[in-house]
Amino acid sequence: MEEQQATVSDRPLEPQRRAIVIGASSGIGAAIFEELARRGYLVAGLARREEELTAVCEKINESQPGRAFAFGHDVTNFGSIPDLFSQVVTAIGGLDLIIFNAGVMPSVDLDEFNFEKDRQMVDVNLLGAMAWLSQAAQRFRQTGQGHMVGISSVAGDRGRIANPGYNSSKAALTTYLEGLRNRLTRHGIGVTTIKPGFVDTAMLVGAKRTFGVISPDEAARKIINAAESGKQVVYVPGWWRLIMIIIQHIPSFIFRRLSI
Amino acid sequence: MSKENSFFTTNHLEPVTAWGGASSSTAYVYRPSTIEELRDILTAARQNDRTIAFKGGGNSYGDAFSNREQVVLDLMRMNRILEWDPQSGIIRVEAGVTIDQLWRYVLGDGWWPPIVTGTAKTTVGGCAAMNTHGKNAWKMGTFGDHVLEFDLLRADGEIVTASRETNPELFHAAIGGFGMLGCFTTLTLKLKKIYSGMLHVEGASQPNLAGAMRYIEERLDNSDYLVGWLDATSGGRGLGRAEMHRGIYFQPGEDPFSAQTMQVEHQLISDSIMGILPKSSMWFYMRPFMNQLGLRLVNTAKYFSARMLSGEKGHLYQQSHVAYHFLLDYLPNWKKAYGRNGLIQYQAFVPVENAEQAFTDIFTHCQKRGLPNYLSVMKRHKPDDFLISYGVDGFSMAMDFRITNRNRPKMVALTQELDEIVLRHSGRFYLAKDSTMRPQTVQAYLGQEVIKRFCDLKEQYDPEHLFQSDMWRRLFAVRSEKPVTQSG
Ligand SMILES: Cc1cc2nc3c(=O)[nH]c(=O)nc-3n(C[C@H](O)[C@H](O)[C@H](O)COP(=O)(O)OP(=O)(O)OC[C@H]3O[C@@H](n4cnc5c(N)ncnc54)[C@H](O)[C@@H]3O)c2cc1C
Ligand SMILES: NC(=O)c1ccc[n+]([C@@H]2O[C@H](COP(=O)([O-])OP(=O)(O)OC[C@H]3O[C@@H](n4cnc5c(N)ncnc54)[C@H](OP(=O)(O)O)[C@@H]3O)[C@@H](O)[C@H]2O)c1
Repeated sequence: MEEQQATVSDRPLEPQRRAIVIGASSGIGAAIFEELARRGYLVAGLARREEELTAVCEKINESQPGRAFAFGHDVTNFGSIPDLFSQVVTAIGGLDLIIFNAGVMPSVDLDEFNFEKDRQMVDVNLLGAMAWLSQAAQRFRQTGQGHMVGISSVAGDRGRIANPGYNSSKAALTTYLEGLRNRLTRHGIGVTTIKPGFVDTAMLVGAKRTFGVISPDEAARKIINAAESGKQVVYVPGWWRLIMIIIQHIPSFIFRRLSI
Repeated sequence: MSKENSFFTTNHLEPVTAWGGASSSTAYVYRPSTIEELRDILTAARQNDRTIAFKGGGNSYGDAFSNREQVVLDLMRMNRILEWDPQSGIIRVEAGVTIDQLWRYVLGDGWWPPIVTGTAKTTVGGCAAMNTHGKNAWKMGTFGDHVLEFDLLRADGEIVTASRETNPELFHAAIGGFGMLGCFTTLTLKLKKIYSGMLHVEGASQPNLAGAMRYIEERLDNSDYLVGWLDATSGGRGLGRAEMHRGIYFQPGEDPFSAQTMQVEHQLISDSIMGILPKSSMWFYMRPFMNQLGLRLVNTAKYFSARMLSGEKGHLYQQSHVAYHFLLDYLPNWKKAYGRNGLIQYQAFVPVENAEQAFTDIFTHCQKRGLPNYLSVMKRHKPDDFLISYGVDGFSMAMDFRITNRNRPKMVALTQELDEIVLRHSGRFYLAKDSTMRPQTVQAYLGQEVIKRFCDLKEQYDPEHLFQSDMWRRLFAVRSEKPVTQSG
């Protein structure tokens, strides 16, 4: 990607808000990237596929010049994250909101027990989040302000037959976010856990028996609303909360026999 | 982009907030106490592609000392008094020495800083960088007029000395140059001889703006300080009704107790105001008045009490220098009365012949927009020979506006309209008080020629633009940030 020039100075009475979205090249993340820019944030988007990412970034900058920044990055490249974090923050001139959205869910057969796939999900979905959010936590703690969001999943609420590796990566992410929230709320820093249901993205292709599917744009709006109003745990859409309460309460001896 | 080193770790990150509290940005803050430490930070910043802004006491109202996500050097620890000659009144100090430190040091020998600001928490370096003025500006000029010489640390780490004889161009540009040409390390000042710790003060009320201006004009030759506190909330013929204060030094031998009155203890103001309320909670009692109605009540009460006490003819009393100049410092946290979003100040400098019209237009315009200012202070000035100058043969009006989250867009629009009024009347502005100007406003009052000379000096003394601030980028070099490249 070409050199990016930051417009980092605000006019004192017109403060800018600034955000980072990790996993911004497609699906929900790309929609968040665009929606944040629409709401007036300076936003940096990160992802591996630079072509897709740059396309989203350029689309934003066409209508809102100078609003969006793109950084090619693989979150499993853990060692590079501290430097990259400070580079991105410098480029956009500060940080008010960070959204960790990167996630993978390779398809797994019902009889497949594949450590490589499981590990990939833990690396991206969980360790990637830890690597990025711990950087943000340090900074927010030091500066006394900031908000972070992790995109987990309803899939983290229960271990299921389809993809135990995905379930556990999201369950661990949910617990990690809860722990961060308990640590940071007392210091004025907010942590929001998002648990989407079905969203119409590449990840859903090939998934069986979906229902109540919403668009990435709708998901993005709900996610940012939740962050801006400082919510703690939000299902997207909200009615998933009820479904998951029911699912969580199905006794194991029945749940084992179900095919959900 | 070079690799970050351990120098720029999160534990140096701090919010750097404008004095008025209406804006803030985060920066890596360092507090060197020696020139060697200062140089080390310059080197580290350069190696890491970071820019540097200087901060003295942090009393500028806007973004003059902030530097978003870059380095801010707080110079308050470089605060030694190096040489003092009580015979000549010449003193050499480090740039972080405050006006408070300075007056306490020299008063016993019969001296006083010739130019003091409305707070004593400003530093000598900050006063030189903004070229501050006092209530005696028409007579004594600006802070820079009393600087004999200074040492300036350049971006390349070398120290250069400047005075009216040596490097005069740098001398006249670094003073007023808001920290963009280098860091003052030491300054030599000539102080003012005084013969008492007290001042004669005359208080008087004036029915309107024209009266307030006339009061000042008629007393220019036989006063040492002149200031007016105006009520910008009253309408019609009472617009700008004012409480005036005039200060006059004691003559040699006039104060029989000068040995006592020139002691530090004699200057200090007691711990409670009116003997009942503790000062530290004054802001709490002031808060209810910080709305439109309350404001009018207070201003009206102030006007009538001044009138009852002194009338238009004036009444005379005596006040210590500290009480006369730094009253606000003795009301801790008074700015809290403005609420969470703080305040900004808007100060306009207008030539004598246009001032009455300009200020009338400004006041009526603020009233029309429903954004009256909470405190308006009028002073008299004269032109000076520094490059970045706000000096005029005329008056200045400094107006405090309360900021709320809701009124920000309205304030932005209002100040732009006020800028036009001021420019139309050949007025000028002062960077120390500014939060709202645009590059084109600065170009209009300074002129392209002056800006070019300043930028040429910047290229000469700091070709890499190592020294930057949020204000510099906002007003002078909107796109001088270092480019950022992506990486993985
Ligand atoms: C209550 C109050 C009353 C005031 N009254 C007046 C008044 O009557 N008259 C008036 O003129 N102003 C007044 N001011 C404004 C104030 O005097 C100026 O903003 C002054 O510059 C502040 O000095 P400081 O040490 O706080 O510097 P800062 O505000 O910290 O910095 C001011 C500028 O100086 C630069 N700087 C600081 N130190 C150095 C250094 N060593 N070398 C190079 N650059 C440096 C900074 O980069 C910045 O651009 C008032 C402010 C307040 C809050
Ligand atoms: N779609 C749903 O129904 C649904 C439901 C619940 C939760 N979620 C969660 O929502 C998030 C977004 O998913 P999506 O549905 O929008 O799918 P998607 O279109 O595949 O988006 C995933 C995003 O994560 C990025 N990413 C993946 N691996 C990465 C890596 N190693 N480094 C950097 N970025 C990486 C991808 O970018 P690159 O490939 O370019 O790197 C892409 O931008 C995921 O966390 C997912 O688990 C989705």
